[in-house]
Amino acid sequence: MGDKVITTEGLTKKFGDFTAVDNITFDVEKGEIFGFLGANGAGKTTAMRMLCGLSIPSGGKATVAGYDVYRQTEKIKENIGYMSQKFSLYEDLTVIENINFFGGIYKIPSNLIKKKSDEVIEKLGLQPHAKKLVGSIPLGWKQKLAFSVAILHEPGLVFLDEPTGGVDPVARRQFWDLIYEAAERGITVFITTHYMDEAEYCDRISIMVDGRIDALGSPTALKKQFSSDNMDEVFYRLARGAKRTE
Amino acid sequence: MESIVVNGISKWYGKEKLVALKNVSFTVNHGEIFGIIGPDGAGKTSLFRILTTLLLADEGSATVEGKDVVKQYKQIRNEIGYMPGRFSLYQDLTVKENLTFFATIFNTTIKENYHLIKDIYVQLEPFNDRRAGKLSGGMKQKLALCCALIHKPTVLFLDEPTTGVDPVSRKEFWEMLGKLKEQGITILVSTPYMDEASKCDRIALIQNGSILATDTPNAIRQSFDLMLYKAKSHNTALLLKDIRHYSKNLYAYAFGEHVHITFKAGEIDIEELKMNLIERKHHDIILEPDDATIEDCFIQMLRA
Amino acid sequence: MTIWMRCFTGLQEVQKEQSDKLQDMKQFLAFIKKEFVHVIRDRRTLLILFGMPIMQILIFGFALSNEIKNSKIIIVDKADDVASRELISKIDASKYFEVSNERISESEIEPAFQKGKLKIVMVIPAQFNLDLHHSGVSQIQLIADASDPNTANLLVNYVSAIVKDYQSEISVPGIIPYRILPETRMLYNPQLKSAHNFVPGVMALVLMLVCVMMTAITIVREKETGTMEVLLVSPLRPWLVMVAKAVPYLVLSWVNVTTILILSVTVLNLPFNGSLLLLFAESTLFIITCLTLGIFISIMTNSQQVAMLISLMGMLLPTLLFSGFMFPLENMPEVLQWISNIIPARWYYVIVKDIMIKGLGFASLYKETLALVVITLFFFIISIKTFKQRLA
Repeated sequence: MGDKVITTEGLTKKFGDFTAVDNITFDVEKGEIFGFLGANGAGKTTAMRMLCGLSIPSGGKATVAGYDVYRQTEKIKENIGYMSQKFSLYEDLTVIENINFFGGIYKIPSNLIKKKSDEVIEKLGLQPHAKKLVGSIPLGWKQKLAFSVAILHEPGLVFLDEPTGGVDPVARRQFWDLIYEAAERGITVFITTHYMDEAEYCDRISIMVDGRIDALGSPTALKKQFSSDNMDEVFYRLARGAKRTE
Repeated sequence: MESIVVNGISKWYGKEKLVALKNVSFTVNHGEIFGIIGPDGAGKTSLFRILTTLLLADEGSATVEGKDVVKQYKQIRNEIGYMPGRFSLYQDLTVKENLTFFATIFNTTIKENYHLIKDIYVQLEPFNDRRAGKLSGGMKQKLALCCALIHKPTVLFLDEPTTGVDPVSRKEFWEMLGKLKEQGITILVSTPYMDEASKCDRIALIQNGSILATDTPNAIRQSFDLMLYKAKSHNTALLLKDIRHYSKNLYAYAFGEHVHITFKAGEIDIEELKMNLIERKHHDIILEPDDATIEDCFIQMLRA
Repeated sequence: MTIWMRCFTGLQEVQKEQSDKLQDMKQFLAFIKKEFVHVIRDRRTLLILFGMPIMQILIFGFALSNEIKNSKIIIVDKADDVASRELISKIDASKYFEVSNERISESEIEPAFQKGKLKIVMVIPAQFNLDLHHSGVSQIQLIADASDPNTANLLVNYVSAIVKDYQSEISVPGIIPYRILPETRMLYNPQLKSAHNFVPGVMALVLMLVCVMMTAITIVREKETGTMEVLLVSPLRPWLVMVAKAVPYLVLSWVNVTTILILSVTVLNLPFNGSLLLLFAESTLFIITCLTLGIFISIMTNSQQVAMLISLMGMLLPTLLFSGFMFPLENMPEVLQWISNIIPARWYYVIVKDIMIKGLGFASLYKETLALVVITLFFFIISIKTFKQRLA
């Protein structure tokens, strides 16, 4: 198989005597869509923070896009995209202003930003809304725009934290079409979600329970391993045994 | 016998008259779990606020337990339990303090209605002295439900109780609702998760302020009048692309591990499609008819 | 039989009414208890609320006591005789002053002040000794930098005390005593505002902050977390919510008033001439004014940030500007003076000053009290009118 975009070995994060992430080891291949699942409080957010270079691990090894999570956090931040449900775009800026702003943050030359922003607006069919405030456009569009902005600088890897919460099934699938397209272009997608049918759309998934990764593999393999019909059941079997809450 | 009757309710906001609800009507029978299913911004919260007497509709009328939501709002407030969407309890109060507080303002005590909340509360009792802010999402939600139940309401309004909660907690929550139903409580619940529809006795699908359909989940599924096939091959993303490429007369979308294909009967020759996919070097192909789920119906209604 | 029945149902109704009232009371008490828990558990805010008045009073107190040691004094000695030299050496001996060697003329006094450091100048007239022994009366002039009014006031008092001391030293018993009359001139701040003004100002400010801002924020917080929706849907009477939210801050404010009073009497040696009971009664009135304002703001806003901004910009700033304790009102343009009338702190400030310092009774304060009552009623009525039984 191809290059590894994320490698971790025994990655651990402790807060005092509480082990939020407990010795996790996994790799993510280039161009893969990797689903990162777990119940609330299982340690997903903490693990993701370490991989994004926002938090220094307490132990273990990890590289993201070839950079070390201890020493090269600034390099990591330059080479990844990030989108979360809670924050992604400025609601009080227009669509174009948002694109320009984030383009600027990622040091895209201004003539290129113009070209890319036209591309994004055209691809999403946002022409009539380009000069509208982001706060006034429907959530489904907002999410698609946020994703496009997160990969504007063509990162090798993009982190998506529950990106599709609250939208209708059609908008959700349009969002996934964008994900597939990005993956086809070679962008690796690292995604967390609470929708179990979305877990099925991933190439491989990991399920975290109490800070550990208790299952890792393709959806088909996991269903076979836990002799379940669907991911819902797999998840339920694993997470039901969880001891801790948030 | 009807518990909630909604008759032609419309609501709009602000100077631009942004429409939140458009001529919404439905009835909820006594002792049933009625689901309002739709995405964010569909108008669910506005509808809940109108029915809980917190908001006035611009058009139409509604009654809860036979009482008018405008004129008899005081009586309604005494009878219902309400869990708002972003309801987060008092974070700095402990589990016990929260529950005691809500019991007192509803003129009751935990002891008096303990039987109602017992099943849920036993899971919370070990954390009695923990602050609500330190509970997990699932636990918070259970506590909020206890607080909404403590005064023995006849009708329970739950606005998106499972949003942002993990699948395990969601499953447990629906089991709890099932038990409450057995006690004769009418439950109106909203959710953006289509898969939760089957847990309701009857549902209303809502989008952009309008009700798309109201019926039992089964009846809605059976009303699906297109052909539906599920497909699978070694590469789902590629499969989706190739199927869409094959014909404009079909609509294909990812659905769990499969791709769902819908089309009008007679417009697509499935065997031909299969041959086409083989030509395009797909292997391990599965292509067989499937039953529509609520989500398929919703997608179909959104496209119509 | 029917009469009996009627009596019985009547009795039942009375009982029901009583139990309803009892229930209301129980709800109300439970609510107040919850509010206290909120206040007590938020340690950081609590610390600020209690710490702020203490800090303000203490900083002020220490700023005072530090500056009066070894203050630089220049003496323009036009006499240069026995008496003047004796007086100068007496001043030099005091721990409060350090007599400068600089020799300056009267016309150089102002420039000397502008160079800084210099706090006070004493001018001894020519023929000081002569006047003193022949006519028994002599004059000295004290010029102080009153841009720091409290220091200036203290220094003048110290010099006067030393002069008085000297005066009694040279007086022979039985004969008409010699008298040295100090003539004082305050530069830069002739009104000499001082601690007497500061303490009532701090009191008004602290009460404003605690009552207006905290009350507004805590009510709006319930709107933000969605608990207000549940409370509105409950049988609880909505105005009870408001009143219950205000009670802890009333108590907190009493504590603050007490702390400030104790500190200003013990640390700042401020006099307390009036009735303590009256001061607390008037303070309670002002606290209620502030709570009403806080509730009013909370009704008008939906986010904690907005509530805080309005409280700060709309309440605290005018309090600083128009209450009269930082900028003398009588020097303001008429329009601003007129505006100051609607600032509650302006009235409270006068009340506290009059009770504490001047020792006046209620009879001379009815005008200010009435003003506060009117403002309170005004906002109370608007609040009741705008308060909704529903959202939006």
